[in-house]
Amino acid sequence: MNWHHIITVYFKELRDSLRDRRTLISMIVIPTLVMPILMFGVGAVMTKVFKTARDEASPLIILGGADSPGVVAALKADKRFRIVAPGGDYKQLVSEKKIRLAVEIPEGFEAALKAGSSQTVTLYHYEGEMKSGLGVTAVERFFRDLREKTIEGRLTDRGLPADVVKPFEVKRQNVAPPEKVGGNLIGGLIPYIIIILCFTGAMYPAIDLTAGEKERGTMETLLCSPVHRVNIVLGKFLMVMTASIATMCLTLLSTGISLAVGGSLFADGRTAATAGAAKAAASAMPSIDPLGIFGVFAMIAPVAMLFAALLLTISLFAKSYKEAQSYVSPLIIVVIMPAMLGMLPGIELTAQTALIPILNLSLVCKEMLSGVWHWNYIGLIFGSTCVYAAVALALCVRMFNREDVMFRA
Amino acid sequence: MIEAHNLTKTFKDKKRGVITAVDHVSFTCRPGQIYGLLGANGAGKTTTLRLLATLLQPTSGTATMAGHDVATAGVQVRANVGFLAASTALYGRLTAREMITYFGELNGLGEAALKARIKQLADELDMHEFLDRRCDKFSTGMKQKTSIARTLIHDPAVMIFDEPTLGLDVMTARSIVKFVRECRNRGKTVIYSTHVMSEVEKLCDVIGIIHGGKLVAEGTLAELQARFGEKDMEEIFVKAVGGEAALIAAMKN
Repeated sequence: MNWHHIITVYFKELRDSLRDRRTLISMIVIPTLVMPILMFGVGAVMTKVFKTARDEASPLIILGGADSPGVVAALKADKRFRIVAPGGDYKQLVSEKKIRLAVEIPEGFEAALKAGSSQTVTLYHYEGEMKSGLGVTAVERFFRDLREKTIEGRLTDRGLPADVVKPFEVKRQNVAPPEKVGGNLIGGLIPYIIIILCFTGAMYPAIDLTAGEKERGTMETLLCSPVHRVNIVLGKFLMVMTASIATMCLTLLSTGISLAVGGSLFADGRTAATAGAAKAAASAMPSIDPLGIFGVFAMIAPVAMLFAALLLTISLFAKSYKEAQSYVSPLIIVVIMPAMLGMLPGIELTAQTALIPILNLSLVCKEMLSGVWHWNYIGLIFGSTCVYAAVALALCVRMFNREDVMFRA
Repeated sequence: MIEAHNLTKTFKDKKRGVITAVDHVSFTCRPGQIYGLLGANGAGKTTTLRLLATLLQPTSGTATMAGHDVATAGVQVRANVGFLAASTALYGRLTAREMITYFGELNGLGEAALKARIKQLADELDMHEFLDRRCDKFSTGMKQKTSIARTLIHDPAVMIFDEPTLGLDVMTARSIVKFVRECRNRGKTVIYSTHVMSEVEKLCDVIGIIHGGKLVAEGTLAELQARFGEKDMEEIFVKAVGGEAALIAAMKN
C-alpha cells in the first residue's frame, strides 16, 4: 500500500466527482432536500387533506326512520353530517364515493327504545376508504352518545344512579420517556431512509469511477501509471465512501434542521391557529435521543464501507455506464427489504438478527434512537459489518486484478 | 531497450474456446530506434503492446522493458514506459494541467519538478492557450497534445504507441508522426503499431509484420523489399501474411 498514491487517486476522484452533475445531485441535492420535502411538503399536504376530510360534513343517506323522527331530526341537526335525499342504489352511491355511508334505522326504532327492547342500526360503508371511515366513526359516536343518554334515562326512571352500569374506569398513562416514544415512532423510519440514501449516494460515483471510466477510455490510461492496482482501488473506494457518508451526514443534518424548524414553527404557533393547537402540534413532533443520532452515524459508517466496496465490485463488471446501472439498480430492492423488515413490530434484535447486514443496523438504530444501548449487540453488529466490508473490498481488489474484467470485450 | 522472447498470450472464449492472440513473438528494439509493428485488425498488435505495458500478463514467454521484467516488475516497467493509444483517453472534467499533474504525481514527481516539467512540455507542444481549460471541450488536436504531455511527464525511456493516428485528421496525424520521430531523436526506445503502410515506410527503422498472433516477417524496409521482391509496402505485407486469401480468412476469424 502506498498512501501517497491512494491520496492522489482519492483527491483526483473527489475533484472529478464534484464536477459531475449526476453525482452532485445524488450526493448533495437529494439528501439535503428529501427530509424538508417529506416533512414540510408531503407531510403538510397529507395533514391538510386529512384535516379537510375530517372537518367536512359527511354526506350520508338515512334508510328508514320514518317512524323515528327524533333520531332523524337529531342526525339532520348534527353539523358533522349532511343528509342526502335517498335516491338510486345506496350501495352503488357508497361504492362510487358519492356518499360516505348509508345509515339504516330499523322499523319502530324509537318505539323500541321507549319499550326497553334492543335494536340494531346498520351502517353501510366502504371498507378501507378514508372518508367513509371518518363518516362511520362520526355516526358511531352519535349513536354511542344516544345509547348512553338512553341508558341514563332508563336508570333515572328506575331511580338508579348512572354508576350502576359503570362500576369502574380504565385509564391509560404513558410511563416511557418522550425520547423512547419518539424512538419507537420514527426510530425505524430514520435508519430506513438513511440506509437507502447511503446506498444511492454511493451508487453513481461507484458506477462513474469504474464502468464510466472504462466507457470513456480513461481506465486504460490510469492502469498505465506505475501504481499498484490495490492503491487505485483504495483511492476510488475512499471517494465512493465519502459520497456515501456525505449523503448520510447531509440527510441527518437536514432531518435535524427540519425537526428543529418544524418544532419551533409549531411551538410558536405561527402555523397553528390557536395556542392550544400549537401546543398539541409541538407535542406531536416526536423527540428522539440526541446521542442516538451519533450512534446511528457511527453504526452506518461500516455499512457505507460495505456499500462502497460492493457497488465498485459490481459496477466494475460492466463495460458501460448503462450496463452498470442495470446491474446496480435492482440491488436497491435487496437493500430495502432488510431495512423494511427492521421496521416490523415482531422482529427484535437477537444474536442471529445481529449478523444479518442492514437488518441488524435497522434494528439497532431503532433501539439507539429510543435511548436503549445494547453494547454487546452494538459490538457484534459493528464488528460483523466491518468484516463483511473487508471481504467485499478484498473482492473488489481481486476484480481489479482480473484481465477478463478490466478488458472485457 | 525492449526485448521480447517467445511472448505468448491466450484467452478463453466461451464460443471459440482458447484463442492465441499472441503466439511466441520475439523481437528486440534498441534505444534511438523505432520498431514498427504492422498488422491487420485483430492480428495481435494491441495485445502485444498491452503485454509490454504490463496491462496484461503473458501466458508464457518473457519481455524486458528498460531492463525490467514485465511479468515480475510491473510497477518499474510502467515507471519507464509512456503508453499512448487511441483507447487511452483524457478525463473530460479535468483541465489539461490537472490531467498532466495527476499523472506526474502518480509517477512520483515533486511539486517543483512537476511545475517545471509542465512548463517545458507546454512550451514544446504549444499548449499554454488551453492548459487551464477542461479536456471535454478540446478539439482532437488539443486532446492529442494533452495525451502526449501525459505520456511524457515522467520522461520515460521507452515509448509505446498503439495506432496513435487512428481516426485523426491529416494535420493532427502529421503532428503525431513528427512527435514520434522526436522521441527517437532524443534516444528513446520506440515501438509503434499501425496498419497504415505509409506510416511504417516513413517512420520505422525496423518493421515486424504480425499476422494471426505470429511475427511472420521482420527487418528494415530495404531487407523486406529484398526478401519479398517488392518495392511497395502493401505488396510486401500481403506476401508476408501468405497472400490475400490468408488475409481475408484471418479478418473473418
